[in-house]
Amino acid sequence: MDIVVTALLVIGLVFFTGGGVGILRLPDFYTRLHPAGKLDTLGSLMMMMGVAVFNLHHFTWGALLTSLKIILIVVFIFLSSPTATHSIVDAGVRAGLVPWTKKERRE
Amino acid sequence: MDTQTQRKYVYEPSKTTEPDFPSTSRPKGSPFFAHLITFLILFSLWILLSGKFDLFHLSLGIISCIIITLISGDLLFPESKTKGLIRSWLLFLKYIPWLLYQIILANLHILYLVFHPRMMELIDPEIIKFQSKLKKELSLVTFANSITLTPGTITVYVSVDGNFHVHSIDKKSAEPLPGEMESKVARAFGEQ
Repeated sequence: MDIVVTALLVIGLVFFTGGGVGILRLPDFYTRLHPAGKLDTLGSLMMMMGVAVFNLHHFTWGALLTSLKIILIVVFIFLSSPTATHSIVDAGVRAGLVPWTKKERRE
Repeated sequence: MDTQTQRKYVYEPSKTTEPDFPSTSRPKGSPFFAHLITFLILFSLWILLSGKFDLFHLSLGIISCIIITLISGDLLFPESKTKGLIRSWLLFLKYIPWLLYQIILANLHILYLVFHPRMMELIDPEIIKFQSKLKKELSLVTFANSITLTPGTITVYVSVDGNFHVHSIDKKSAEPLPGEMESKVARAFGEQ
């Protein structure tokens, strides 16, 4: 049980780290949103699953309800995160920011 | 408005500000079944969130769920079309595991890109435009959110008639669009 929890948490951490590194390394606003908006989603899925499993360590009905609530958080993140990413991109396009492309294509 | 004149990348902003929704006039069917399902969903959510099973909390939940159902019962099932409702939900549930699998695959791809030492040579961002065959608003929204959830692609703009602008981070992410995901969404919402 503890192994599963630790593995889930570590995998989630790897995804979050990738998101952070991606925000630092990628060239422009639009490409930075790719790791920011989405590696976080899967990372939070993994970590929330880990927390939900850890919570069921001593099984009671109250603990089960709490775990279901944690999973509900993941569901809402999965609904709201793409919408938020989309609205940020839309704001960028409306403000007139030109997407970064490779040099040979720009010519 | 000097930001207007300096703008280089424009995609008909007049279209985005005034979308014409075709389904504003809702057909008046028998809404009882849809209301009942809305009430059941709300009430199960209440039980899940409160976690108390005594008479006081349950009756409070019933009263508030009935009020909310009466006020906004036609939000969840706007067509009040009860035929094939359960079947379409089952089809949608079948779509979710496939989507999760795609999300994990694509996340690993982005992770590989981000940690790659020669990342700048691998990425090739571009905006691709295509016309979707989907008709219903709900399936369009699901399709747009699915595109955004699978990493490597972000939906920039969707119109009501299914005109998509998608920002993709490299060639590999852009290839499968619209393709398989669209047909999966179409099957999940009963459009073929």
